[in-house]
Order: sequence, then C-alpha cells, then structure tokens
Amino acid sequence: MSARGKRRRAVSENTEIISLNKVCKAYSTGAPALKDVDLHINKGEFVFIVGDSGSGKSTLIKLLLRELTITSGSINVMGYDLARIKHRKIPKFRRNIGIVFQDFRLLKDRNVYENVAFAQRIIQKSNKEIKKNVPSILAIVGLAGKYKAKPKQLSGGEQQRVALARALVNKPTVLLADEPTGNLDPKNSWEIMKLLEQINENGTTVLVVTHNREIVNAMQKRVITLKKGVIVSDEEKGGYIDED
Amino acid sequence: MRINTFFYTLRQGFRNIFRNKWFTLASIATISACLFLFGLFYAVVSNFQHIVKNAEQGVSVTVFFQEGLEDSRIQEIGEMIARRTEVSNVHFVSAEEAWESFKADYLGEYADGFTENPLADSANYQIYLSDVSMQPALVTYLESIEGVRKVNRSEVTARTLTGVNALVAYVSVGIIAILLAVSIFLISNTVTIGISVRKEEINIMKYIGATDFFVRSPFVIEGMLIGLIGAAIPLGIIYLLYNIVMEYIVERFSALSHLLSFLTVEQIFNVLIPVSIGIGVGIGFFGSITTVRKHLRV
Ligand SMILES: Nc1ncnc2c1ncn2[C@@H]1O[C@H](COP(=O)(O)OP(=O)(O)OP(=O)(O)O)[C@@H](O)[C@H]1O
Ligand SMILES: [Mg+2]
Repeated sequence: MSARGKRRRAVSENTEIISLNKVCKAYSTGAPALKDVDLHINKGEFVFIVGDSGSGKSTLIKLLLRELTITSGSINVMGYDLARIKHRKIPKFRRNIGIVFQDFRLLKDRNVYENVAFAQRIIQKSNKEIKKNVPSILAIVGLAGKYKAKPKQLSGGEQQRVALARALVNKPTVLLADEPTGNLDPKNSWEIMKLLEQINENGTTVLVVTHNREIVNAMQKRVITLKKGVIVSDEEKGGYIDED
Repeated sequence: MRINTFFYTLRQGFRNIFRNKWFTLASIATISACLFLFGLFYAVVSNFQHIVKNAEQGVSVTVFFQEGLEDSRIQEIGEMIARRTEVSNVHFVSAEEAWESFKADYLGEYADGFTENPLADSANYQIYLSDVSMQPALVTYLESIEGVRKVNRSEVTARTLTGVNALVAYVSVGIIAILLAVSIFLISNTVTIGISVRKEEINIMKYIGATDFFVRSPFVIEGMLIGLIGAAIPLGIIYLLYNIVMEYIVERFSALSHLLSFLTVEQIFNVLIPVSIGIGVGIGFFGSITTVRKHLRV
C-alpha cells in the first residue's frame, strides 16, 4: 500500500478496476508463488509487471483471468469477486478481458480473418457485426492486407498482431499480455509495445508482463516488480530494476 | 442461440469429423457394423416371427361332439368358444365337408366305392388361436364342456413355437445391448481424442469467454453426425441386399414356399429406419455428451 500511496493518479481515471488484497497463491507443490500481494490498478492505466523467472508474474496473470483461484486474500477485477464468482459467470467475466501470450496461440488451421472472427463468434456476434469489426481491427494492427494468410505464413511479429487483434476485437476493458514480445526481435517488439500503448490511449487498461529492459526503461510507465512472489517495488514512470 | 452461432457450431461439428478422419472412420465403421448386425438381426427375427405367426395361425384345436348331439347344442358350444379371448377364429366343419375334404385329399377317384358317409360323426369346430401359449388352458376348458367328445390338439408345436419366441427375444435383447455398449465406448473414445487434439483451441476459447455450451456443442454434434452416418450406411446396404436375399431364398427353397412368407422391404424399413437412426444418433449424443462433460469441465 505504501508504494501505491506515493503514486500520482490521473484525475479523471481513478476508478479502481483491479484490486488485490493480501493475495497468496500456493500451488500444491513448492513454496507459494505469490505472497501477500496488494495491488491496485485504476481504469485506463498502463502497467508493466517485471521480475525474474519464477517470480510469479504468470501466476498473477492467471489469477486475474480467473484461470486459477487464490489461496487466501481477496481479488476483485472489474467488480467481479474472483474468489466467489460462480462457474457459469466466468465466461461473461472473461469477455471483458483481452489476453495475449508469448507464443501467440493462434488456430493454425484457420486464416488471419477467421482467427480474429473466432473471438467474435464465441461471444455470439452476428455475421454482419463480424464483417464490420474484424477488418477494422486488422487495419489497426496493420494486417489488413494479410487477412487470408495462415499463421505459418506470417512472421512472429505478424502473428502477435493477429493475436492482439483477436484480443481487441471484443473491445475488452482490460488487456493482459504475458511476455507478448518474448519471441520477437527488437523492431517487432517495439511495434507491438507501441500498439499496446495506442490501445491504452484509447481507454483500455493494459497490463504487460515483460523481460524487455530497454522498452520498460524507455516507455516510462508504472512498473511493478515481483521477486519470489512478493511485490518489491511499484513505481510510477519506473524502470527495470536490476537484480544482484 | 443466434442462428449464425448455430450454423457455426454445426460447421465446427462437421470440421471435427474431417479433422480427425481416422478415428471418425473407425467409429463410423463400428457403429455401422453394429447397426448392420442389428438390422440383419431385426430382418431375420421379424421375418422369423412373421413365419412363426403364420404357422401359429395354422395351429388349430379341433373339437368333436358326442354322437347324436342336437344342432342347437352344437351352436351353443360354438358361441361359447367364440367368446374366449384367446380364440381368433372358430370354423364349423360339418360331417359332409369333412368327408369331402378327406376324399379330395386322400382318395381321389377311389372315393366312388363309398355310398354312405364313413365320417358321420366327424362334424367339428376348428379353432384358431391368437396366442399359441394359451392352448393348454383352452383345451382344458373345451374338455369340460358338456357334449364334447374329444379335443384334438397339436401341443408339441404350440410349446415349441412359444419357446422359440421367448429365446429369440432374449438373445436379441442381449446382443443388441452388447453392441450398444461397444458403440458408446467407441464414440466416447473418438470424442476424447477429438478433445485432446483440440485442447489448445478449447483453451483459447475459454480465455476468450466461450460458455461451456459453446465449447461442448461441436463435439456433441460430431458424435451425433457419426451416429447418423453410422446408421445410414447399414440401412443402405440392407436395403440393397434384402430383396436379393429374399429372392434367392424363395428360389432355393421353393418346396417350402407355402411356409415361407416374408415381409416386404418396406415393412422392415418402416421400423428399421427410425429405430436405426434413433439408436445411431442416440448413441452419438449419449457417447459424446458424457465424454464432453467429463473432459470439458471448462
Ligand atoms: N502449475 C504449477 N504447479 C506448481 N508450481 C507452479 C505451477 N506453475 C508455476 N509454478 C511455480 O510458481 C512459481 C511462479 O511461476 P510463474 O510461472 O508465475 O513465474 P513467472 O514469473 O511467470 O516466470 P517466467 O518469467 O519464467 O515466465 C514458480 O516457482 C513455478 O515453479
Ligand atoms: Mg511466465
């Protein structure tokens, strides 16, 4: 809470959208992956989550998605109490969250258009809406010309743009990205980060887990650092904290 | 559900079928084999029962009267018999008719030597039963009627036919049950494999916020399609084979043609089509829904 208290907030955007209080997460084996995590994120923020391998970053993302449940504490995302949410309410909750992974996770047997349309079909949009929304989102990520390509005909950067388009097409309130540039070269990494920033500027709350020191240092966003499951720093316009 | 969601789900179901071709083929082949056996079985059993039924209708009980019994009493006895529920038909044969038919059957031209009816006391009722198993009870009843001299029956035939009917019923139920179990097992395996092949896709769907229903439906449709195709194939084959086989049997066993009265292919298919498709689709539905429930706890 102390780190949080020092932060200066944008006046118009201070509704809390993610709130964790004393969250612990222990897997059945090993030491707890997260310990006493207090985390508060406002609507419209852009947050980097950094830390060593095994520090609990992905675990945190999974908790926010309600893929995992917390062991103790309390977690609230967009007004949903994720410790108590009913199983059948989870789909509705997730429809407000976009998710991007390091390994893209596209459907290999479908082309770019279908991969993005897929997200809309799942939330049962009409064909008319799909035909309107998918091309416009593909234009935003710069893939309008490649809508017929299959994932394996695309570069890593292009595949991640497709994944990003898929995460965005349903107009999520929160975008979670777990090492979105982990498999990309510096140029593509920058382009993806710029896209994420642009998305954030349009009002989406963005959380990015990353190991990319240069980008974190250059972008001057809020940076939360995890170490062995504990938040060790939380800084507005922070930088990548070097260990040892 | 939105109409285009419905078509999307349907399309995914079809896709699944082609995506894991070999397992799908194996399931379809097994269901086809099962339903082919079932169809064959049904065709044989229902024809057999048809023949038995015809034979049963030929099994009669004959009632003779005491000498000199007056016609009015004979009439009365006839009415009493006709009132019995197990009796399907009572037919009076006068002494003259009995003699005429005996002459025609056995004597031919030699009959001219007889001047008097040697079967004067042979007027009788011929009784046909609707259910052969009721024969002993009927005979007991008939023997207790005053004025009845003798009751002829064909007890052996009646018993055999009743026994065969029951046996056929038990065996068919048993075999069909086994076939059903095998089919459900196979469909369930196919769907399990389909799910494991598509684990990643399912995961993505869940991340995006697909409902359980949306994730599960394509697999259930896949199962039902497998069942439907698995039912259609044997129906087609049986349809083509049926007439050929019947013609062959009739030709080969022409000597028995008065005994062998077969059902038409339409009569068989009136039952076989809905039942086969029902079983096929039912197995597909049941096999996939249980599997999907187990493996897709989203
Ligand atoms: N399914 C699991 N079962 C048991 N332990 C797990 C499981 N997933 C993660 N862990 C453990 O929890 C800790 C945190 O893992 P997590 O994946 O959150 O790390 P991370 O910060 O994302 O690391 P990386 O940067 O390598 O992705 C690690 O010690 C890891 O071994
Ligand atoms: Mg990780």
